[in-house]
Amino acid sequence: MSPAAPTDADSLVRIRGLRTVLNGKTIFDGVDLDIPRGGITAIMGPSGTGKTTLMRHITGQLAPDAGAIVVDGLDVGRIDRDALFALREKIGYLFQNSALLTDYSVFENVAFPLRQHLKLPEELVRNIVLTKLQAVGLRGAAELMPSELSGGMVRRVALARAIVRDPMMIIYDEPFVGLDPIALNQILKLIRTLNQTLGITSILVAHELAAVRRVADHIHLLAGGKIVAHGLPEELARGETPWTRQFFSGEADGPVPFHYPAPDYATQLGLGGGKS
Amino acid sequence: MSAMRPIWSPLRDGLAQIGACGIFLFRILRAIPLSLRYLRETVRQIFFVGAMSLIIIMTCGLFVGMVLGLQLYHTLSIFGGTAALGTVVALSLYRELGPVVTALLFAGRAGTSITAEIGLMRATDQLDAMEMMAVDPLAFVVAPRFLAGVIAMPILACVFNGLGILGAHLVGVSWLGLDNGTFWSNMTANVDVWDDVINGLWKSTAFGAVVTLIATFQGYTTAPTSEGVAYATTRTVVFSSIATLMIDFVMTAFLM
Repeated sequence: MSPAAPTDADSLVRIRGLRTVLNGKTIFDGVDLDIPRGGITAIMGPSGTGKTTLMRHITGQLAPDAGAIVVDGLDVGRIDRDALFALREKIGYLFQNSALLTDYSVFENVAFPLRQHLKLPEELVRNIVLTKLQAVGLRGAAELMPSELSGGMVRRVALARAIVRDPMMIIYDEPFVGLDPIALNQILKLIRTLNQTLGITSILVAHELAAVRRVADHIHLLAGGKIVAHGLPEELARGETPWTRQFFSGEADGPVPFHYPAPDYATQLGLGGGKS
Repeated sequence: MSAMRPIWSPLRDGLAQIGACGIFLFRILRAIPLSLRYLRETVRQIFFVGAMSLIIIMTCGLFVGMVLGLQLYHTLSIFGGTAALGTVVALSLYRELGPVVTALLFAGRAGTSITAEIGLMRATDQLDAMEMMAVDPLAFVVAPRFLAGVIAMPILACVFNGLGILGAHLVGVSWLGLDNGTFWSNMTANVDVWDDVINGLWKSTAFGAVVTLIATFQGYTTAPTSEGVAYATTRTVVFSSIATLMIDFVMTAFLM
């Protein structure tokens, strides 16, 4: 079902035995995952299964309770803050709500990472920013404020900011949420184009199967604290396991239960013992 | 034991908050050298928390001085001591009212704005985005606001004191007919620069540090929801006011 396991050199991200407990709830219980270099890897799974938390682990925003997360040869759980910041300079992160700096214009938002880390002449900063804005189709919106943009435009500005320093990897956290079909297609096209033209490794966290199938090279299905299936999009879409069948067919009940864990229904209604 | 819980729990939470705030102060102080790179941001913040607070500080200073002048004139006239009006007003303002009222006004005007701004940045992932762009939000966002508060507060207190004395002069001299020379000469003869003026400025500096520390801490650690930001803003005013008055007592005891 799955493609050949990548070797160390092929993997930009390598996770082994990841275990995370948050507020007494086990989020990950022995996750093993490899993200190959240069490809688009999608992390899919039911809501609340910890996809964004997994991205927070990869970027060192959250330390695991156990296990190793190796990104570009560095164990992000063990490196110091300076090394972590140096690593983050090579990673672009597209937040779920885009997280643009609301006091800054589109231009200043995209220029922000350049101004913070590089002492470049203003003319060069301007040219780089305009190039990136041109790539996402928003060169004409450079002087607008984030509050003046539509949801799709905000997402594209955030994408321009994420790629402004030509990162080795981009993490897209739910990039399709709330987008109309036109904006969704624009984002899909950008993800594919950036991956192909810049050779960036992309990690895509999303629910939208149809959209993901159009761009992803690999899909990992995360559920119940583990990677329950992984492989090519077409393979997983066939639904050969209960997990993939439920997720990709959109079945309401299955390995991911419809009901949140609760005490016995009859007992709670005061009707005596019995099964719910 | 269970009866103790309602009393013990808030006390324990309060102590935990004070401890966390202390650690936060240490992290700010450690980030200050790096924040000097963002000098423009610090200057911008001095404008926002300092210059933008001038109207309220000047208005309140003027009226506090006018009320002081009116109250003290009538009280002093009972003892035939109206000549001491300038001295008493100046000492009240320099030693206590100037620093304390400025700090309370600053907490309401600038402290709440700092908390709400940083809290919204937290709620909209802007602080996380900075972390992801390898920019330390403590150095870029928090430290400039902290420095701005420490720098702006003594200046605002000076403005408050100046307007307060002017208000007292308006009431005592221009309205109630006290001799102008008596007002100023008694004041200049009895107010000591080091014991009164400089000690007041020390207090203001300490209040500036405490109020902005509380404001930034509340914003930085707020729950990322609209309700969380609202609570954090309220806590800023309440905790800043209490802390200001407590520290005022301690500093007064040491500085007298």
